[in-house]
Amino acid sequence: MAHEVVHGHIAVELPLWRRLLRFSTDHKDIGLQYMFTAWAMAAIGGFMAFLMRLQLGFPDKAFPFLGRLFPHGAEGGVLKPEFYLALITMHGTLMVFFFQTAILLGGFGNFLIPLQIGARDMAFPFLNGLSYWVFLLSCLIMLLSFFVEGGAAAAGWTVYPPLSALKDLIPGSGLGQTLWLLGMAVFIVSSLMGSLNYITTVLNLRTKGMTMFRLPFTIWGLFLAAILGLLTFPVLTAGAILLLLDRHFGTSFYLPTLHVAGRLIGREGGNPLLWQHFFWFLGHPEVYILALPALGFVGDILACFARKPFFAYRLAIFGALGLAFLSCIVWAHHQFVSGMNPYLALPFSLLTILVSVPFATILLCLAGTLWGGSFRFTTPMLFALGFLSLVTVGGFGGLSLGVAANDLHLHDTYYVVGHFHTIMGSSVLFGIYAATYFWFPKMFGRMMNERLGKWHFWLSLLGVYAVFIPMHWLGLTGMPRRYYAFTELEFLKPFLPLNTFISIAAFVLIASQLLFVVNFFWSLWRGEKASDNPWGATTLEWQTSSPPPHGNWGAELPTVYRWAYDYSVPDAPTDFIPQTVPPAKTAASSE
Amino acid sequence: MKGFQQRSQSLAILLALLLLLIAVAVIIGTLWWVRHHLPTRIADTAYEVDGIILFVLAVAAVFLLLSHLYLAFVLLRFRDNPKATFIGVTRRSWLPVLAIVAVLLAFDLMFDHKSNEVWGKVFFRIPNDAFVVEITGEQFAWSIRYPGKDGKLGRSDVRLVSDDNPLGLDKNDPASKDDIVFPAGQGELHLPLNRPVLFLIRSKDTLHSFCIPFARVKMDAVPGMTTRLWFTPTKPGRYEFTCAELCGLGHYRMRGDLIVEPMEKLQEWLSQQPTFEETMP
Repeated sequence: MAHEVVHGHIAVELPLWRRLLRFSTDHKDIGLQYMFTAWAMAAIGGFMAFLMRLQLGFPDKAFPFLGRLFPHGAEGGVLKPEFYLALITMHGTLMVFFFQTAILLGGFGNFLIPLQIGARDMAFPFLNGLSYWVFLLSCLIMLLSFFVEGGAAAAGWTVYPPLSALKDLIPGSGLGQTLWLLGMAVFIVSSLMGSLNYITTVLNLRTKGMTMFRLPFTIWGLFLAAILGLLTFPVLTAGAILLLLDRHFGTSFYLPTLHVAGRLIGREGGNPLLWQHFFWFLGHPEVYILALPALGFVGDILACFARKPFFAYRLAIFGALGLAFLSCIVWAHHQFVSGMNPYLALPFSLLTILVSVPFATILLCLAGTLWGGSFRFTTPMLFALGFLSLVTVGGFGGLSLGVAANDLHLHDTYYVVGHFHTIMGSSVLFGIYAATYFWFPKMFGRMMNERLGKWHFWLSLLGVYAVFIPMHWLGLTGMPRRYYAFTELEFLKPFLPLNTFISIAAFVLIASQLLFVVNFFWSLWRGEKASDNPWGATTLEWQTSSPPPHGNWGAELPTVYRWAYDYSVPDAPTDFIPQTVPPAKTAASSE
Repeated sequence: MKGFQQRSQSLAILLALLLLLIAVAVIIGTLWWVRHHLPTRIADTAYEVDGIILFVLAVAAVFLLLSHLYLAFVLLRFRDNPKATFIGVTRRSWLPVLAIVAVLLAFDLMFDHKSNEVWGKVFFRIPNDAFVVEITGEQFAWSIRYPGKDGKLGRSDVRLVSDDNPLGLDKNDPASKDDIVFPAGQGELHLPLNRPVLFLIRSKDTLHSFCIPFARVKMDAVPGMTTRLWFTPTKPGRYEFTCAELCGLGHYRMRGDLIVEPMEKLQEWLSQQPTFEETMP
């Protein structure tokens, strides 16, 4: 609001709820709006995971509370297959797009980019505000789809046609699927407004002295993720429009002639594989849209709490560039056994395996940062270290799936489910947690509780391994994914106890996330007051007040004199030198 | 002290041990699992695919162990370090990273090479004398068609599908007359022992995936297309096959029985089955 813009002064300190509920153009407000909405979506997605594990761990067992909660979806206390499939579809969609993408780019991207590059706001503040409200609309459309006839979309989060095209094939492909496609289209519009803004801001609004190679690694992660989003999301939009045409206007982009339930569907000439290429052209870079910001956060957090300069910082940036580039040309590794020309598997398999080169480069730089460090075991540091462990396990799981011949057996099994939940679910989630604990003081001016935070970490680390590693094992046995029950196949019957174990571990994992919720809200109002720079960090956001005023800086923008990692510089009076400190004669600033 | 002053030797030791424990548990657990819980191998592909999977897993296990050993070592070694060692930025710090990445790259190329061997065999080197079976998916069962005495499958078209012609065979094509058709869910899949079998995989309604975990193979059934896959069954017995691509509410029960038996027995059983011509009204 114009009358509140008084640079250099805290003009009006609005209470949190008002900042969340108004049309704001302040990037910090918008970041928080995204963050709260995304966490709400995560809670819903997590509850869905609970319901699914209830079914998989205890098939055919009736839970009366389910019947009362969902009189249609779980009549008599047992989930129906149509409700189960709607749950897997919506769990994936909500967690990947409406939680992780939204919180990383919309939440942290908005909050951190102007603060870390020394800008007063985003390049297009109005567009930024608009992007949040459009995002909220897309969330509502998605959630609404549970309440329409036939239920929410149920063709999997990849919504492959023909299943997603005809409601004769599955009830969820009625109005629920239409809402899914509209919801995604609206989400993508919001995401494009955001991405354009982040890219422009990083390129044009860096303060004096902030060269590209002085940017914190976090900004590099967010910047590259925004570029990937801008390049690949539109392809999915185009695909979604074609699918809507196939569904409602009788076109045949994806549908050949079909015979469904005794009836000939007189389409001709379409090919279901076309959708898969459109979907994965976004779908695979999407993984790196999530991974790159998480790598960025973790890199900065490790450097801060090891009190060490970022090891081989430029090399890590080249690694991130390589990762972003490669991620755009590996999409068909999701389709090795889809019926596409098997020759295509050869380049796509090789390129996928080569992703390990830039990926390992970045991870080794992060690992190198730890060497000789003086560790401060705060909660964000623990989550960052947990991230390193998870990302290694998840990375090698991914490498084994990139090898085309392995997919003859492992494709569409629980190995895949275990893998992407380790790398995308858990390690990215750990990155998000690390970032939340780390930047909470800057966002709200209060510290989160360390004791609760540490318990949250231990339980989460053990929890994700207990849930997702056994899934890899079941996948090696050949247990297919997206099964409502595993008790129909003879060779899988002996594994019911392991499925029950996974479910119980998942319940513990989900319950332990409540520690975070309690900690978050308790700290919001009762947390210890935070100083401007509670962690002794070097980047710009810590050189202003906590929380920063509207406009972020005083009368003048900060000037940057050094890179973001001058920790433990010999002969310096403190073990960190903020980016705003001019070079002294002795202090050996590096970049 | 609060904030960044927090140092704790006990946390360093606890985390180091826990990370090591996790790495060891993941590796030993996986080893134990692949030793005891992989499905019986009933085809040449099962040995070949398992070979690559286990090779990749073994290399991954070594890297996993080394990376966690490093993490644990760093945490323990520097747990009481009052001041961090400053490493200025030099190009030399790139060398250890690039060296490790080069080793990884060498393994990558090895994986790719091994994978291409199996992939090439399964998809590009289909034997001419393979025994042909057609598998057709529909919600939620598989149909099976054998070519009959002429060894040729007759022409079929989804537009010709009717109640008494569930696969839409062309009655005017002489090759279809002696075809033997088992409509959805009504037959078992008999395969000849030690003879290459070529599967022609189709679908009538939506995507399915023809999946035999015992042979370590799967291939999507795509309406409007015929996909293919071959292997040589090597172990007689009774097994299962299933659907591995989400196809609707009954996806989880879209299974079938699979029998591997000597060719003579298979031929004898086939000769007792009515041909397409005999079943047509």
